[in-house]
Amino acid sequence: MADLENTSEDSIIICEDVHKWFDDFHVLKGVTTAFKRGEKVVICGPSGSGKSTLIRTINRLEVHQRGRIVVDGIELSDDLRNIERIRQEVGMVFQQFNLFPHLTVLQNVTLSPVWVKKVAKSEAESEALALLERVGIEEHAHKFPAQISGGQQQRVAIARALAMQPKIMLFDEPTSALDPEMINEVLDVMRELAASGMTMLVVTHEMGFAREVADRIIFIDEGAIVEEAVPAAFFDNPQHERTQLFISQTLQH
Amino acid sequence: MEERAPNQAIKPPTESKDILRWLKENLFNTWYNALFTCLAVGFLYVIFKGILTWVLTEANWNVIPANLQIFLVGAYPREEIWRVWVVIYTLGILTGLSAGIWGGLALRLALVIGGVGGGIGIILAFFPAPLSSRLGLLGGVVLLAASLFLGRGRKGMRLWVLGGWLLSFPWTMVWLHGFGGLPVVFTSNWGGLLLTLILAAVGIVVSFPLGVLLALGRRSTLPAIKWVSTAYIETVRGVPLVTILFMAQIMVPIFLPDFRIDKILRAMLGITLFSAAYMAENVRGGLQAIPKGQHEAAQALGLNYPLTMLLIILPQALRSVIPAIVGQFISLFKDTSLVAVIGLLDLLGIAKTVIANPDWLGLQAEVYLFAAVVYFVFSYSMSYISQKIEEALEVG
Repeated sequence: MADLENTSEDSIIICEDVHKWFDDFHVLKGVTTAFKRGEKVVICGPSGSGKSTLIRTINRLEVHQRGRIVVDGIELSDDLRNIERIRQEVGMVFQQFNLFPHLTVLQNVTLSPVWVKKVAKSEAESEALALLERVGIEEHAHKFPAQISGGQQQRVAIARALAMQPKIMLFDEPTSALDPEMINEVLDVMRELAASGMTMLVVTHEMGFAREVADRIIFIDEGAIVEEAVPAAFFDNPQHERTQLFISQTLQH
Repeated sequence: MEERAPNQAIKPPTESKDILRWLKENLFNTWYNALFTCLAVGFLYVIFKGILTWVLTEANWNVIPANLQIFLVGAYPREEIWRVWVVIYTLGILTGLSAGIWGGLALRLALVIGGVGGGIGIILAFFPAPLSSRLGLLGGVVLLAASLFLGRGRKGMRLWVLGGWLLSFPWTMVWLHGFGGLPVVFTSNWGGLLLTLILAAVGIVVSFPLGVLLALGRRSTLPAIKWVSTAYIETVRGVPLVTILFMAQIMVPIFLPDFRIDKILRAMLGITLFSAAYMAENVRGGLQAIPKGQHEAAQALGLNYPLTMLLIILPQALRSVIPAIVGQFISLFKDTSLVAVIGLLDLLGIAKTVIANPDWLGLQAEVYLFAAVVYFVFSYSMSYISQKIEEALEVG
């Protein structure tokens, strides 16, 4: 069971009293939590609760305005070098895939290793092909994103993030934009990734995946953590009224 | 009707290639369409009959070949014209090599240039043009083709050719002006099509990157950069080009009496700075069309701002605004004719001096039509190339 009080050395991400406003709207109201190396955490909650914003603050796509976030020993600040270092260690997968449409699948995956990590092109390509094989789309390596399905695009996006050899992977509703028959091919890749020991923070509505893969589930509502627990406890014995309501609504359909 | 098996795939109905049938189906399919067709044909007949009769029988075309040299190079001394040929040949060789090495778009570009060159050569054959210019032009086309074959598949020469292109402009300027033992030809003697092309080339090559920087500046999150870029763009767009050219000619010497900046250089600056503002707005349109997710994905991969722009945002943004950018190039090319009002003798300026020549009185129509055709050939070539670029990029 996750030790919530003692967030010490083995925590790879530490959030302390994180606040965030969009103009006057208070999105994150003092989130304090920590994530351990190799831990898989599913973050869920109603839409507009701030769950996406929370994981987006971790690689500073959103800037938190109060509190402290430390990723792998580096505190997130306005220092650009820190941000770039953290972004190399944190991979991110988006709801809308966000592949680069003017580049082939292979170029999407090799772009960052070649330009940011200065890996030789041939080496980057052979690593990229290995990653594409791992997510099961090596035969589409030379196609453009528009020529493959949504599920395939999202698997390319995962391979692209993995190409930087990140220590942490953030998933922002990775299956929400997919047709139902494509959801599983993406979840399978994520299951395999989880089994390999990657630290994963996943915002998702896929409760089956959460129960099966997560070490811990965090329930966020109105910008604050309402409840966090291991899946069995979370689903079978939710403590908070709002959690109970959320679970009953999600599991009904 | 032919019989077919029930499961056989049905071919789409074939379009009729028959001209008479096409005419009937498209131009005479109803009584009012037939009427409009007849009216249009009659109208075109009246117009073209007038124009063609004038062009072929009444016009005095002698004015063009007799003044061809000053149309093309202005007052550039006759005995130094070989230097212009050297420039043309250099550019021809560079174009040919690029086409051979890169293929694709560069190849198409080279074919257009070679085609235009060859076309002009053929047209010249109908005039009593000096044999030397015809042979010179032919030599250029041959040189282009030869270097195209020479460059094929030689990827090792890429850097050399790129360097050649980078150096081609300063080299052209110095070479035409003269250095060392070469006699100096002052820029006041540069004129005609040569001057028009130099002004346009400089304007296009310099205003494009400047426009991209201004567009990025206007969208910058740093207030100082944003305000300066916006102020620049809005100021320039609020002023006619003629005003800017006049200011460059008249105001600069008043404010900076100690600096004697070359007249042509001042015109170049005016045209470039003017065009950059419009270019910036075109590019900004493309930048705004790029979804936020593209920026975020690039950031999440650790790309810094310059790499994000260079590798992700600009390639997509520029691709979507190619027609607008080329439109700006074409209008820049035609706007170079405004330098005639500040006393530079570009193609249009030369046309005016030729008309003013007592030997050729009353030949405005011929001279202006000739100038218009020359402008059209270059403008349409640019437009054609832009269509080809769009087609080539559509694949991606």
